[in-house]
Amino acid sequence: MHNQLRFIIAAAALLAANAALAQDAKVGSLVGDVHQGQQVYRRYCIGCHGARGDGLGDNAPWVDPKPRDFTSATFKCRSTPTGTLPTDEDLFNTIGRGLHATAMPSWGALTKQQRINLVAYIKSFSPRFKEEKAGDPIPIPAESPATAESVHRGAELFQKMNCWSCHGKQGHGNGPSSVGLTDSKGFPITPYDFTSTSQFKCGEGSHDLYRAFMTGLDGTPMPSFADSLEPSAAWDLVHYVQTFGTSKGRVKPVPAGTIRASAPENRPSPADSKDKAKAGGGSEQQ
Amino acid sequence: MQIPVLKRAVAALFVAVVVSLASRPAMAIPAFARKYGLPCSACHEAWPKLNNFGQTFRDNGYQLGNDRDAPIYQNPSYFPSTVRITPQWHMENSGRTAVDAVPGNASSGLVESRNIRSSGFDLSGFDLWTAGTVSKNISFLVLPSADATAAFHFESFWVRFDNLLGTHWLNLKVGKHELDLPVSEKRELTLSNDGANYQVYHFAPGNPLLPLGNGQVNGFGLGNNQLGLELSGHSHNSYTRYAFSLVSNTDGQPNLPSSSGYDFYAHLSQAVELPHMGLQRFGVLGFRGVVPTYFQTANGAVISGSGAGDRSFYRAGAYGIWYLGKFDLSTVFMHGQDSAFLATGTPSTQVLPAGGRSATWNGGFAELHYNPNPQLVLVGRYELIRMAQQGFPLGTLLTNNHPLFARFGNIDNYVLGYRWYPIMISRGGLAWHQEYSWLRSLGTAPLSGLNVAGSSYMMGFDVAF
Ligand code: HEC
Ligand code: HEC
Repeated sequence: MHNQLRFIIAAAALLAANAALAQDAKVGSLVGDVHQGQQVYRRYCIGCHGARGDGLGDNAPWVDPKPRDFTSATFKCRSTPTGTLPTDEDLFNTIGRGLHATAMPSWGALTKQQRINLVAYIKSFSPRFKEEKAGDPIPIPAESPATAESVHRGAELFQKMNCWSCHGKQGHGNGPSSVGLTDSKGFPITPYDFTSTSQFKCGEGSHDLYRAFMTGLDGTPMPSFADSLEPSAAWDLVHYVQTFGTSKGRVKPVPAGTIRASAPENRPSPADSKDKAKAGGGSEQQ
Repeated sequence: MQIPVLKRAVAALFVAVVVSLASRPAMAIPAFARKYGLPCSACHEAWPKLNNFGQTFRDNGYQLGNDRDAPIYQNPSYFPSTVRITPQWHMENSGRTAVDAVPGNASSGLVESRNIRSSGFDLSGFDLWTAGTVSKNISFLVLPSADATAAFHFESFWVRFDNLLGTHWLNLKVGKHELDLPVSEKRELTLSNDGANYQVYHFAPGNPLLPLGNGQVNGFGLGNNQLGLELSGHSHNSYTRYAFSLVSNTDGQPNLPSSSGYDFYAHLSQAVELPHMGLQRFGVLGFRGVVPTYFQTANGAVISGSGAGDRSFYRAGAYGIWYLGKFDLSTVFMHGQDSAFLATGTPSTQVLPAGGRSATWNGGFAELHYNPNPQLVLVGRYELIRMAQQGFPLGTLLTNNHPLFARFGNIDNYVLGYRWYPIMISRGGLAWHQEYSWLRSLGTAPLSGLNVAGSSYMMGFDVAF
């Protein structure tokens, strides 16, 4: 009798634990399943992000930047304000896109169902997803025309908002404040080198760039400028940042010296000299 | 005059099809796992079988699109070449075989032994290879491969120009390459002698060992790597794929051994994701090849490469690969035809034997996998080949004085096995492999004209680093 009761209680506890684990995820008509997500995670993700989701997988020592620790629920790529949880769709998109210039590849070759299952499973690593709701996606007003004037205004904002202090005047990521930056886990981090590519971690579209500085990349020194930038100014910055990239761009390249700052960086840094070597060799080496 | 030729060949008839090649390299590249810090299971459903993520990586020219693609990428954990070998114990049953009545006495006359059994510890062939990128969007693969006695040959060697004109719809591969088959025979999950080959990829109804003219043999197999060009392309996630190959008609042999004819191969496939089931892929393929029916000779000796009188053969197929959760089923159907000259072994300069005509056949297999977790896979396959039309008139007497019948040479083959992967990391792979296979061909016993059924059993460790 007693034993039976104990069994029932144990079974109930197990069910409750399972229910708690059943962190759902939804994007459109896709619904994620935690348990199936776990299977997919074991196959593809465990080597970097670790069995406990703490970013300490077998390969983590050889990966830089380090794989994300999911237990803290801090994510770089969000559509939601800084400090809030990402939406399921944010995570879903990140998994499909991968994080450019890191070891995290695009998992777009997995089925959508596998990806939404992964979202559900990743969320189960942090209690925050049970306690809080995802933030509300920031509004993104219609993009202003990418004219030369817009680029010009963006260039001025790049100065005024001190973007250059980290990203460097020529976007090489070697501004004076770039030295010794660390992320929230204490690992060294360098500001994005805008000139190396036209791809960004959180997407390459202009909306993705807009989001990057209006939501910030949480867990990194890249802050959110939502409080200090008007939407129209943010679009100007988007257009300016896009001129750095290697893609032919939507905006015609502007003559050096007019808009792109051509002055040498204020202070040489190790990153700086590396950068120079790169620039010296012509446009783009491997 | 044709009939004795046919008779001589009967003992070996169709057996060629079922004899597995001594070393048939199967591909899995732990060097990539080390380079990218991914476990084998990221690219392989169960290695060496690729999943769609691995297929996409391959289609992209061994590029993942992240920071590690660069050919100069260096890391202490990255050793850029891969070895694979399978130490094993196996047992082979040959089925009915012709033997001397008195062993060692060639003049004692042939009798038919019901079976010859051999077993023991053994090695598989050995692959030693490297692959990757020479620069962005130029990838390569080099695979010297040895048989169990360490005699090497070039199994595969190619360079590939990826993403031409900036689109993944255009990639050009040059060299000895695997045809883009529906189910790869280089990355299959079965290894035993009777189970390692897909019969539909090697079967030739025109009697593969029949000496054509001056001894030329049509040993063509879709499953063999071929020498030439491959133009291919794929959608972003490789759901849509095409490949077109133009290859020399040498069945992948270097040094231009046959004629100057060319063969063509084309393959088109589409995958769709069905809710709660997974990825379903279906496609069509076709191959058209030519084989010389005679050679120029000097004092009777064949001059290599001088083949002439090319006659054609083709293979056409359709397939589907179906996923249902942890199960997946590959179903492949193939139809083949060899021209009358190939099917009867007649040089094109001569007239066909009376009643000689093209030989046609249909075949297919269904291979089921159960993959409960990345560390275990169960495999079962059934395959058959059915002759639709024999090249010689039915009733023609074979060497054993039995008349040719419609179903002569039909093949049935089944394989059961499993692979367990105790080590599933991004350094290398170790799999415990156990497999049983059974193969029967109708009416091909050398003397009695009965069916020949053989089998293989193997177990061993498959090691790839
Ligand atoms: C080869 C190592 C590796 C593997 C395998 C890997 N990741 Fe990552 N992942 C990373 C790294 C490194 C980062 C952090 C990149 C950064 O901080 O810029 C990351 C970050 C992430 C993030 C955080 C993105 C953000 O907005 O902050 C998510 C989500 C993620 N990975 C999901 C996955 C999933 C799901 C899988 C399996 C399908 C997976 N990862 C497999 C290396 C890996
Ligand atoms: C305190 C230093 C700092 C300042 C100031 C700063 N950034 Fe950043 N920014 C970073 C760092 C560090 C990263 C890289 C984060 C990473 O790689 O995870 C980054 C990344 C970015 C990215 C890339 C986002 C992506 O998806 O990869 C963009 C775009 C960007 N910053 C724009 C700006 C703009 C515009 C400003 C000024 C309004 C600015 N940043 C100011 C440090 C800074």
